[in-house]
Amino acid sequence: MSFLDNRFVNFFKGFAVTGKQPVKPRVTVEYPEQKRQMPERRHGRHVLNRYEDGMEKCIGCELCAGVCPAKCIYVRGADNPPDTPVSPGERYGFVYEINFLRCIHCDMCVEACPTEAITESKLFEFSFTNRDDAIYTKSELVVDDTGKPKVLPWEDWKPGDDQNTSGWVRATAPSGRADLEGTPLWSGELGYGVRPAQAGQSDPTAADYAADFDIALREVEGAELKGVGVSSTRPTRSGEWAPGRS
Amino acid sequence: MTASPLLGSVVAGARLAAAHMVGPGVPTPGARGPYTGDPIFNHGMDLVVWIFVVVKVVLAFAIVMVSVLFMVMFERKVVAALGNRPGPNRAGPDGWLQSLADGIKLFFKETLVPEHADRFVYRLAPYLSLVPVFVAFSIVPVGGTISIGSYTTRLQLADPPWGILVMLMASGISVYGVMLAGWSSGSKYPLIGAVRASAQMISYEAALGLTVATVVVLSGSLHTSAIVAAQHGGFLYHWNIFRAFGAPAAIFFIAITAEMARPPFDLVEAEEELAGGFNLEYSSIGFALFYLAEYAALVINSAIFTTLFLGGPDGPRIAGASVGPLWFVIKVLVLLYVYVWIRATLPRLRYDQLMDLGWKRLIPGSLAMLLIVVGARINWRWGLAALSGSLFAFILLTRAIEVAQSRQEEGSQFSELEAP
Repeated sequence: MSFLDNRFVNFFKGFAVTGKQPVKPRVTVEYPEQKRQMPERRHGRHVLNRYEDGMEKCIGCELCAGVCPAKCIYVRGADNPPDTPVSPGERYGFVYEINFLRCIHCDMCVEACPTEAITESKLFEFSFTNRDDAIYTKSELVVDDTGKPKVLPWEDWKPGDDQNTSGWVRATAPSGRADLEGTPLWSGELGYGVRPAQAGQSDPTAADYAADFDIALREVEGAELKGVGVSSTRPTRSGEWAPGRS
Repeated sequence: MTASPLLGSVVAGARLAAAHMVGPGVPTPGARGPYTGDPIFNHGMDLVVWIFVVVKVVLAFAIVMVSVLFMVMFERKVVAALGNRPGPNRAGPDGWLQSLADGIKLFFKETLVPEHADRFVYRLAPYLSLVPVFVAFSIVPVGGTISIGSYTTRLQLADPPWGILVMLMASGISVYGVMLAGWSSGSKYPLIGAVRASAQMISYEAALGLTVATVVVLSGSLHTSAIVAAQHGGFLYHWNIFRAFGAPAAIFFIAITAEMARPPFDLVEAEEELAGGFNLEYSSIGFALFYLAEYAALVINSAIFTTLFLGGPDGPRIAGASVGPLWFVIKVLVLLYVYVWIRATLPRLRYDQLMDLGWKRLIPGSLAMLLIVVGARINWRWGLAALSGSLFAFILLTRAIEVAQSRQEEGSQFSELEAP
């Protein structure tokens, strides 16, 4: 076939390449009407989580602010009031602000957080018309009493955007236990309970391990069981992000 | 040495061709009486004839305007499809009113005139490039005749004795529009773009004229209606694209693409180099008119290609009815698709490649094809002589180009050494 490999033939081969395109299936979707499923680990708007008993997870340690490459997080911690504690520790996040004009959604704050207080939802369709709206304050970031993120007027939440708010596998173990390093574990969360490991991410027993760990942790801390509980649904294969047409 | 027999064959060929050109149904001037024009003028000019003419003018204008709106959208849709995209689909049904929306937007924008612009020429230039394009459409026979009452008229606005030369005139004058637009803007980049454009258009004008001459020799008339009539009688094989051995059609197609500065010859508007080309400073109506002229030229040049090489409205009857205009539109649409396909496929040529193609390939090629066609019209001996002469000239030319290039390369080495 070497006689087909000359300039004249190759010239028309180029036309064949473009000529084939109209009959190929389109990968484009009509975006506003038709939306692709988000990737499992989509980085979107942040939320501040609470424990199943309603306590805030944030302890005001400012690690997220320290690690933030865009310097968009501003945190000030304060001592918990002894009578009405906000978080189950000494201190809590007194001020928590994220400037979404600067945030690059790198998820490093989520990795840095020792208590999984800050995670990212899958919401990316939010736009504001002034700078004040762009700076999310703590009251806007903290989930409400049902464990769902607060819906602000300029945000376009779709079903599923608020679930499994972050699929990030933590590099370090929660609570700093060295023997749990590399195992995806989430502490109990208001509205969702304990989340199992994601499908295909680690060994299938990790979820049970996480549940056991969480129950043990609650027994130790004497925390009251509240919320959905440990039997949260495991993400299925069909829920995975499929590149290409939908 | 070889030039004189070749030149002799041109002269002899032209003389003999004029004497011997008789084909079936070819209206030849002289031998069979004067060529009769549009039958509507046979009974003299009365009011109805005037109305006919005015209506035809308005219709031709409207057809070109609507075809431009269609063409802009057609190109965007097809180039999108060739790139596996849906294309614009927001304005109107499936986006087909997008070009109308763009046009309305452009006409409501402010007209800005640069400070150093020559105001009169700056305003004149868009019309200089637009009007010739519309004039060129007037000679295109869309197909057959139409009878209303006792009046019969052709579906063709004008059929002047100089016929196809109107098209060459129009493309020649369009260069003025581009040139003056770039010059009168009083800005650097439009000027460079305009110089490029005019150099390019003039370079390809010669090849264009020679291929048109080939068709004229084949048909024996400058009348576009006669050119179409000469291709009539037999689907496909009687068309000029085959009667002229294919090459003139290809050369005409390439030359007309370069003439219109369409991709891959759109150096005039090379954004990476010129920031927009000769119409950089234009806004609002001026810009819209240039845009209009560009796409009108595309449609009309496709129509002229159809007339010259694809038999115009020639085609088989459908259900016993003569559907010339339908065949005409189908052929033009196929050509337009090919233009868009080329745009979607080929990368832009470099300027020296553009000039090489024009001067070293197309002009000698079209000249050789003219000689061969003229020779073949006389008899096979002349055709063989022209063919062999052309081949010999082609070999000489190729060798000459090689030598010139090698010398140029040597020269450039020395100039690099001498450069400070």
